[in-house]
Amino acid sequence: MTVETGIRPISGSRRAKDKIVQGLVYLAFALAVIPLVSVLWLVVKNGIGRFDLTFLTHSMRNIGARDAGGGAYHAIIGTLEQVLLASLIAVPVGLLTAVYLVEYSSGGRLARVISFFVDVMTGVPSVVSGLFILAFWVLVLGQGYSGFAGGLALSILMMPVVVRAAEEMLRLVPHELREASYALGVPKWRTIVKVVLPTAFTGIVTGVMLAVARVAGETAPLLLTVFITDSINTDPFSGPQMGLPLFVFDQAQRPNVTAVDRAWTGALTLILIVMLLNLVARLITWWRSPAKRGS
Amino acid sequence: MAKQIEVADLDAYYGSHKAIEGISMTIEPRSVTAFIGPSGCGKSTFLRTLNRMHEVIPGARVEGKVRLEEQDLYGSDVDPVSVRRTIGMVFQRPNPFPTMSIFDNVAAGLKLNGRFSRSQLESIVEESLRGANLWNEVKDRLNKPGAGLSGGQQQRLCIARAIAVRPQVLLMDEPCSALDPISTLAIEDLISQLKQDYTIVIVTHNMQQAARVSDKTAFFNLAAQGQPGKLVEMDETSKIFTNPAEKATEDYITGRFG
Repeated sequence: MTVETGIRPISGSRRAKDKIVQGLVYLAFALAVIPLVSVLWLVVKNGIGRFDLTFLTHSMRNIGARDAGGGAYHAIIGTLEQVLLASLIAVPVGLLTAVYLVEYSSGGRLARVISFFVDVMTGVPSVVSGLFILAFWVLVLGQGYSGFAGGLALSILMMPVVVRAAEEMLRLVPHELREASYALGVPKWRTIVKVVLPTAFTGIVTGVMLAVARVAGETAPLLLTVFITDSINTDPFSGPQMGLPLFVFDQAQRPNVTAVDRAWTGALTLILIVMLLNLVARLITWWRSPAKRGS
Repeated sequence: MAKQIEVADLDAYYGSHKAIEGISMTIEPRSVTAFIGPSGCGKSTFLRTLNRMHEVIPGARVEGKVRLEEQDLYGSDVDPVSVRRTIGMVFQRPNPFPTMSIFDNVAAGLKLNGRFSRSQLESIVEESLRGANLWNEVKDRLNKPGAGLSGGQQQRLCIARAIAVRPQVLLMDEPCSALDPISTLAIEDLISQLKQDYTIVIVTHNMQQAARVSDKTAFFNLAAQGQPGKLVEMDETSKIFTNPAEKATEDYITGRFG
């Protein structure tokens, strides 16, 4: 006679359900990856042909409508400058906003208002931010098209992403660390600068990189603020510039194969730049992490 | 170095909730004072009022007087930051700064407060780590992260960090409750050494620990859940544990309640 222990083998129906759900999850994963992989594949396949030194070092100046050759040097310069300017505006403002929300506001009315408008800003379509800068900066203030105007438009898009990411990361810093610092007689602002921000540093960098990646591919706001040019303009504060998204947009709508090839290569370059920036951010966080110094 | 603390009729609130009420006591210099009592009776809250850490929590406030050698810590012109520099604190859970090395953790209070030369820092860090009985264990890896130490070592690191700024009083909020018996013993030994130089106040749930390390013991209790905690009695530790004046103290110590 066997003693009833209540321990039984897994029933066949449960095994079957497990297998079915497992299959569904794999299927969903595959479906989600298909577009990503196919886009990457298409861009690499079509873009690699023109991905050469000429493309990276020449502009489109004096390249005729049917000519091959030419490149995106002017667009690469423009994108880098515009994104850098946008980051220089959006990251400090966003970070300070997040510090205020987490460390100083204690859930007051102002904090709720700021939170609300950050949420609203997250939902602003990119073309609207471009229109705003076009109306305000370019037309009303009469500043004209420039890379800086594009940077302003992009910074509007970046700011809410930076605020949200930094806020999340600052909230993850344990309260005990702040108390430990206070208990050593460290003033609050030094606690934030020397303890809280370094602890959240890795996460904040990741958040900033996501924001950069988001705005680097924006086309609509740049079209309205940076305009389009075929020449190299290294000065982001005067005159129209180019950007890689604009370059892709411009070349892709031209009716000949050489231009479309340039558009594909422009897209490839943009992807590579964003990946490179991500890699740099990873290196920075790795270099800053205590685990590395411990080795 | 060590100084006397005098508390007069102190109340502490969390928002509208009164957590402790009417506490008066004198904490002697160069001695260990233990606070015991059931959970939620306000021991830790009271401890945190002694170096103005209570008000760090939003909505928390304090009424009454705390004097350190005649100086009112809650005077209107007193900088709470300077109070905390004078009265250090060790917390229940070890909380080394995760981004800093062992050396930087100990030097944190100095580095964040002023300018010290590298050699000054090195000598203070060594002295503090020796003071916390940790020097021999970590002297070869001062540049490794502090979070990589064991729990007991982390807690001694936090004690080293607290004594590196040369406070006059050291508050300890259940410093051993997250530690194993061997680490606990190490920290108790350390407390006995530190009382040569510091005024030490320790909150503990471990009655044997209070009996072992403290010179005086204060028993806190609360009348009912939701009522403010009060000081029931405070006396020489030997008296509290053998012949307490109050029935409630005896019941708590003998394990009949709490």
